[in-house]
Amino acid sequence: MTLQLLLYGTLLAAVLSFVFGLARLSRFAAVRGTASVLVELIRGTSLIVQLFWIYYALPHLGIELPKLPAAVIAIGVNYGAYGSEIVRSAILAVPKGQREAAIALNFNSYQRMRYIIVPQALLRMLPPFGNLQVELLKGTALAYFIGLGEVFYRTMTQLNYYLYLLVPIFAGLLVIYFALSQLVLLFYRWAERRLAAGRM
Amino acid sequence: MDELIAALLRGLWTTVQATFGAFALACVLGLIFAMLRRVRIKWIAVPIAWLIEFIRTTPLVVQAVFMWMALPRLIGMPLPALTVGILALGLHYSTYLSEVYRSGIEGVPRGQWEAAVALNFSPAQKWLRIILPQAIPPVLPVMGNYLIVMFKEVPVLMAITLGEMLLAANSYIASTFADGIVPYSLVALFFLAVSYPSSLLVRLMERRLNRQRGA
Amino acid sequence: MSIQAEPVAEPEVERRSVRPVVRYRNICKSFGELEVLKGVDLDILPGEKVAVIGPSGSGKTTLGRLLMTLEEPTSGTIEVDGELLWHMEKRGKLVRANEKHLHRMRSKIGMVFQHFNLFPHMTILRNVTEAPIRVLGMQREEAERSALEMLDKVGLADKRDNYPSQLSGGQKQRVAIARALVMNPQVMVFDEVTSALDPELVGEVLAVIKEIAADGKMAMLLITHEMDFARDVADRVIFIADGRIVEQGPPSRIFSQPESERLQSFLSRFRAGYRAER
Repeated sequence: MTLQLLLYGTLLAAVLSFVFGLARLSRFAAVRGTASVLVELIRGTSLIVQLFWIYYALPHLGIELPKLPAAVIAIGVNYGAYGSEIVRSAILAVPKGQREAAIALNFNSYQRMRYIIVPQALLRMLPPFGNLQVELLKGTALAYFIGLGEVFYRTMTQLNYYLYLLVPIFAGLLVIYFALSQLVLLFYRWAERRLAAGRM
Repeated sequence: MDELIAALLRGLWTTVQATFGAFALACVLGLIFAMLRRVRIKWIAVPIAWLIEFIRTTPLVVQAVFMWMALPRLIGMPLPALTVGILALGLHYSTYLSEVYRSGIEGVPRGQWEAAVALNFSPAQKWLRIILPQAIPPVLPVMGNYLIVMFKEVPVLMAITLGEMLLAANSYIASTFADGIVPYSLVALFFLAVSYPSSLLVRLMERRLNRQRGA
Repeated sequence: MSIQAEPVAEPEVERRSVRPVVRYRNICKSFGELEVLKGVDLDILPGEKVAVIGPSGSGKTTLGRLLMTLEEPTSGTIEVDGELLWHMEKRGKLVRANEKHLHRMRSKIGMVFQHFNLFPHMTILRNVTEAPIRVLGMQREEAERSALEMLDKVGLADKRDNYPSQLSGGQKQRVAIARALVMNPQVMVFDEVTSALDPELVGEVLAVIKEIAADGKMAMLLITHEMDFARDVADRVIFIADGRIVEQGPPSRIFSQPESERLQSFLSRFRAGYRAER
């Protein structure tokens, strides 16, 4: 279940990172403004508050969500907002000359982004995304608060039967998270190497 | 409604206490961690590095609950939630701050270290008078950001029964059977009301600092 | 002798009957408070090679960038191939051109940059084929064929599978030239293309440009510091200073008999090399 949260949450967060990130770079002030406001709102409150709001408060506005979707949405939206900053600054970091060369060759703005700018920005995005991914993994533990059966929750519910094993159980739980986060970081390092092969 | 606001304000106060207490701890512990990592002796520096990594990449909520259940047993007496909360939150974020300190220290130009040696400063003097005074000001905005982050993370300590805002909202809902929408929205609003202006202040501080340094 | 906007006699090109491929008309460009171009009129004929020289800050690079639509003129117009570049007609009135218009006009203009601006994440071959495929809609095989032809012309066909980071500055610039040429523009801007190169690499790039100039059909706007090169390749040399064209004429006259004081003092910096010629 933790892995499911990780997977779906990451997918949603990745998509939203790009959506918000590109929106904040848009030529249209309205798009830029809306995205910026949304991102500031999301970054101004924490994941746990957002999770509670989505799961416990939304039903009173008519939207009732089961646990997994609620958690995935909360995680995706929260980390998507932080991810948008990563996307935005990576794109801004691509040298100005690349954009000019693309204009000179008469690429339209979609082509410019898709073939020239974003591929170069992608490599720069990976290290911070790796860190964000680890934060996301930690965030999955918060689903405990809405009773979603991920690994922390299950540990807690079974804990009373095994209180004498408190320290080993928690140590083990922490080790599981640690191992997962190291795997995540290794994956990102591998991805960095693949992407940079020969080119940069 | 008034009771709700009153309860939330009480929770806000607890949140603020937890934040500053934990931040103070994180600042001190973070510096200690940062210096330990620089120690030449491999079998101190490396395990410390791994420890920092371990604490940083595992969830705060798990660490907090662990400490809440294990510490009283360990020292034989009960501990208030605020204390454990400060310990857990402070420990967790000290790992981030140690990284911040590290980057500040590495930002100090090579020549400063050499000058300290040339002038025959003792290690303590070198750190206190030369290095840290140059390392810390540039990273103050980042530290400010972490203060804000910690503030927003405090509700996680609800798991160890800390009476902060979210818990206050929960108790209110439980005891009055109210709709979740108003209490939780108010909690969100309270957080925004504190964190957004704070983040603007931090950005202002950053801009002023950059101007001073002629960046 | 007065300074004329258009020289009267040109051995190779009959000015009177041919429509210019580029016309700058009273072009002014300011960046905020800073006025960089203060009313420039310039005609470039099809196939003509125009060298632009002048001190830094004179506005010569801006002249090229305006043509390539990288900058918008503050006032004045630019015509390319008989049509306005930055303006279009809408209901009988002249308005600022939209992206669609600019896109259509841009296909006639190409540019080679001082800092090459090759795409680091693509192989040399792909750098040269990407625009033909995406922008001109060419098929991959056709694009590759014409790319290899062009790379061969600049002497780098064997580097097709390398990445830009593996090439020297001179090689990178030659690839950049190939990349721009393959789009078949009517006029090409060369913006100080050797200024960022180590001296020993300058020659190979200038040789390539000379060859292209000899091929004939494409007009070239050569913004440069290399006076010898300007003298060899250009049909006409323009001297710009303080945002205005101060003097222009055939290289044979400009370099050996500069009329204006400004040009004289500018050239005196390079005089050592020229004394030997005269």
